[in-house]
Amino acid sequence: MKIKLKSEEVKVFYKDFQALHGIDIDIYENRVTALIGPSGCGKSTFLRTINRLNELIQGTKTEGRIYLDQKDIYSAEIDVVALRKKVGMVFQKPSVFPMSIYENVAYGPKIHGIKNKAQLDSIVEKSLIAANLWQEVKERVHKPAAGLSGGQQQRLVIARVLAVEPEVILMDEPASALDPISTSKLEELIGELKKNYTIVIVTHNMQQAARVSDYTGFFLNGELIEYSKTKELFVNPRDKRTEDYITGRFG
Amino acid sequence: MIRESLEKELIKLKEEVTKMGRLLADQVYKSVKSLVDKDLQLAREVIENDDIVDKMQMELESKALGLIALKQPMASDLRLIATVLRIIVDIERMADHAEDIARIAIELHDKKYIKPLIDIPRMSDNAQAMIETALVAFIEEDVTTSNSLIAMEIEMDYLYDQIFRELLSYMLQDQKNIPQATALLLVAGHLERIGDHATNLGEMVIYTVEGRRIDLNKIAREQKENHI
Repeated sequence: MKIKLKSEEVKVFYKDFQALHGIDIDIYENRVTALIGPSGCGKSTFLRTINRLNELIQGTKTEGRIYLDQKDIYSAEIDVVALRKKVGMVFQKPSVFPMSIYENVAYGPKIHGIKNKAQLDSIVEKSLIAANLWQEVKERVHKPAAGLSGGQQQRLVIARVLAVEPEVILMDEPASALDPISTSKLEELIGELKKNYTIVIVTHNMQQAARVSDYTGFFLNGELIEYSKTKELFVNPRDKRTEDYITGRFG
Repeated sequence: MIRESLEKELIKLKEEVTKMGRLLADQVYKSVKSLVDKDLQLAREVIENDDIVDKMQMELESKALGLIALKQPMASDLRLIATVLRIIVDIERMADHAEDIARIAIELHDKKYIKPLIDIPRMSDNAQAMIETALVAFIEEDVTTSNSLIAMEIEMDYLYDQIFRELLSYMLQDQKNIPQATALLLVAGHLERIGDHATNLGEMVIYTVEGRRIDLNKIAREQKENHI
């Protein structure tokens, strides 16, 4: 299995506070990796180091190395915009732009210089199909995106990410604001997307991690306590702290 | 809150499995006693009680499945429930063996035994002790207690071999002994199987506690062969 992302000794400081204490992890290509742990354990912070989003927060310092296809994304010659195109991100709350469904999806490709209408049409359709949204919206792609349900908006956001042809998709609690049916649609989508993308998902919901991921990492107090195949971790964890957390003894 | 209520439910589940196991040990005791004492009524009681064991199995199964569906247990909690689901099947099988022994007791109740029954009650005592040991291992989630089943399993195999040889000699002595000797050999076979199931329980306890799978029956076999 190919390692898509590799982190070595990643440490993050928010001013005086050290949020991550040296994270080493290998994330495999075309697999879903879930990061779990109690609030404040550093899982989202780690996720944001993968597309260098932390540096937008003032007073943040990141140490260590993260390799995307063996290239250090923190080296000087890396173009951050190009990196974020390769490593897309989906957040907890779907943030659709105040424009039509079509424009939402076409937004990224346009910024990256695509102007041809036929080409944009094709990208929009392909992305919406890949995000399992096309059937539901194909009659109204030029209507405002704000009219979509929460679950549809989240899939629209994913379509928007897909439109710029990323390789890795980061998801930070993507289903926490969704109802069970939308959640299950999203989870099904994640299962399909992994055929073409590498997915890293942060979730509070352990059952969700168990359902969607191939690998799971358990974070606690800024450390990666245990990282293994999801089935191993949930049935037979090696570390007592993992056991205590997933059986609800703390957290 | 959820943790607490799951904990309570798991304790209850374990208690009920233990209850089912104790009923089983009693069934084994009574089945062999009915054979030794030619006690028809006791044999019939064993057959009737088997329905209670079956019912307990179904109830426990549905409780265990309910916990999986409603509480989404993980790790050692999940392994414990998986163990319960398997243990109750083994207990039910063991109870079927006890029932079969009771049926043989009924069949033989009006016949004079070709020999005094000595080793069969020994096997029965040993089988009950194995069940009790497995239950203690289960309640206390204790690997050492589980491992002590190996020696008992070896003892069980010795007793079976002894009974087999002895009954064979009776069959060779007089053909008329064959039907009864075969029936008694079946009883010994049932008891020997009960021992195997009891070691299965021990294996499951080890799985619950450590997540490791080991074959206690195989270890017993190997140890026995090394002795010979």
